[in-house]
Amino acid sequence: MSIDVETKKTVKSITKKYKYGFTTNVESDKAPKGLNEDIVKLISKKKDEPKWLLDWRLKAFRAWLKMDEPNWSMVKFPKIDYQDSYYYSAPKPKKKLKSLNEVDPAILSTYEKLGIPLEEQKRLAGVAVDYVFDSTSVATTFKDQLAKLGIIFCSFSEAVKKHPELIKKYLGTVIPYTDNYFATLNSAVFSDGSFVYIPPGVRCPMELSTYFRINAENTGQFERTLIIADKDSYVSYLEGCTAPMRDENQLHAACVELITLDNAEIKYSTVQNWYPGDEKGKGGVYNFVTKRGACRGNNSKISWTQVETGSAITWKYPSCILQGDNSVGEFYSVAITNNFQQADTGTKMIHLGKNTKSTIISKGISAGKGQNTYRGLVRMGPKATNGRNFTQCDSLLIGDRCGAHTVPYIEVKNQSAKVEHEATTSKISDEQMFYCRQRGLDQENAVSLIVNGFCKEVLKELPMEFAVEAQKLLGISLEGSVG
Amino acid sequence: MLKIENLHVNVEDKKILQGLNLKISPGETHAIMGPNGSGKSTLANVLSGKEGYDVKKGKITFLNNNLLNLEPEERAGEGLFLAFQYPVEIPGVSGMNFLRTTINSVRKYKKQKELDGVNFLKILRKKAEFIKMDENLIKRSVNTGFSGGEKKRSEILQMSLLEPKLAILDETDSGLDIDALKTVANGVNNLKNKERSFLIITHYQRLLNYIVPDKVHILSNGKIVKSGDKNLAIELEKKGYEGIK
Repeated sequence: MSIDVETKKTVKSITKKYKYGFTTNVESDKAPKGLNEDIVKLISKKKDEPKWLLDWRLKAFRAWLKMDEPNWSMVKFPKIDYQDSYYYSAPKPKKKLKSLNEVDPAILSTYEKLGIPLEEQKRLAGVAVDYVFDSTSVATTFKDQLAKLGIIFCSFSEAVKKHPELIKKYLGTVIPYTDNYFATLNSAVFSDGSFVYIPPGVRCPMELSTYFRINAENTGQFERTLIIADKDSYVSYLEGCTAPMRDENQLHAACVELITLDNAEIKYSTVQNWYPGDEKGKGGVYNFVTKRGACRGNNSKISWTQVETGSAITWKYPSCILQGDNSVGEFYSVAITNNFQQADTGTKMIHLGKNTKSTIISKGISAGKGQNTYRGLVRMGPKATNGRNFTQCDSLLIGDRCGAHTVPYIEVKNQSAKVEHEATTSKISDEQMFYCRQRGLDQENAVSLIVNGFCKEVLKELPMEFAVEAQKLLGISLEGSVG
Repeated sequence: MLKIENLHVNVEDKKILQGLNLKISPGETHAIMGPNGSGKSTLANVLSGKEGYDVKKGKITFLNNNLLNLEPEERAGEGLFLAFQYPVEIPGVSGMNFLRTTINSVRKYKKQKELDGVNFLKILRKKAEFIKMDENLIKRSVNTGFSGGEKKRSEILQMSLLEPKLAILDETDSGLDIDALKTVANGVNNLKNKERSFLIITHYQRLLNYIVPDKVHILSNGKIVKSGDKNLAIELEKKGYEGIK
């Protein structure tokens, strides 16, 4: 039986079961491997989505079939067989472990170094938690508080059901379903993700994090996030987690769309620490992410801060489209590659409105045989009168087998616009290492200290509690890079 | 405290130290003087464990340890401190953070409890005041953009915080004006006690007016050619290295 026929048959049988009430046991709730229109329909149906969303997914899928995997980046990886993957498995794709004893000791030791409480360790490692320490109730308390302010913070699926008008109005308006190979794939098969809406004039009183959202777990490999900050509002959003995440999926293709209206601001912070593969370059997550924000309103602002330490491959360019006059885009990035990790990351700052401003601070650290590329586009459109950009790209090399590359693209179509680009490449000197060691620091702590200093301008942009863990994480990611 | 026996050291096949002997007892202050290229800085670097020095022969005992078997950070933990001739800049790392990290690393090595922020600051303020080091300077990145004098002052501050058993001062007087020299000397003298030893490496006798040594050694061609008390330094200042030989 060919895979295609098998797929269709199984899909049929699953969809039939669904009609009779979906009570099959968790283990078997998995669509067959491979990707075709039936699978897309199945995903949509499982989520009980309206027809317009299914149509959108199908349009994306058909567009995807005609696209080629991009090959312009510096990252190298074996050909991905997209038909050899599962695109639907719900609701709990991760196997729950019985106790921490079943978790990889290497991961546990990292948790310990990060100082993560035991209950939290269990949650991260996917151990079934008896809700003695009830994080669900914590989440509910926060949700009530947010609801009072009119803030919507829920899973994407829930938003499709409860706020279809908002989804319909904004979905795909920043990243169209035809945007690029991975974003288009995501548009066809996205599993779930987060949705945030901040109403006019509201300043969100806490950092929103997936941590506080019920149903946040197991959103899977094709996440989709949409955040809208209405006029005069503000929100700070934290994505990810500083501890290594257990994940069997190798391919991750997420999409994040941000929209700010007049005078609104979104601050989006990410710490990405997916499994990077082992010292020999075996395994690890391929992280192909499309993140883009549109400053639609005048005087609005979008700020991206990312600390990328995990994944075997990181391919990611959080960007800003500065449409509104006086709007501001910022990109602060730390990317570390150790062992055989590869990162091709940067940003795009598209200046369309008058007096738009952007700042790019990128810190790339390469160790082992890691390859680190900054790739960034600054475009000043014809109407971007008095547009300003400042870009600073610094690369730090540890050892002599790694690489750092900087690929800036600059397009200026307005005479009054100004673009500045500064770039440096340096090594941790033997003198710096010896100085720290003479004062009692061992090699790993010395590297960690020096690297943290190198990244300071970016780390200070992170919310406080995130920053402390990110600092520790830098050291952990570089373990074994010297000596 | 420290015993160096028949030490031979090469740097890239060039013989630098050729049979050096030295013994420092607890509480003693020794000065090593010598012309350029006599091996003074090599001695400081070998003692503190810098890479690139090839020990061909000889033995160094520090507090009953074979010093040459220890990593640089272990030597620091055991109580050996080097005040650098050219302290290196570490951009982005605040002095505050650096000092606290180093103190706690050494405390951890000694199996002592780490200092919390409040207690650390208390101790830091007291010591910084004594050597007249501006607190704003400590908040800046380590040595970054410091003047020569500020760097040396910062070294002495670190020494007074780490409270070593043996402190080696590698040409700490170079690049200091007379006021800074006095402050630095004052910082060192304040740390002197019956247990703590100092090895002061210098070109000039001037520093020894303020930090009075128990013994003075003259290093020439990788060996100690003459030893004496503080008067040897005065004699040297008058006659020059040629005149002493």
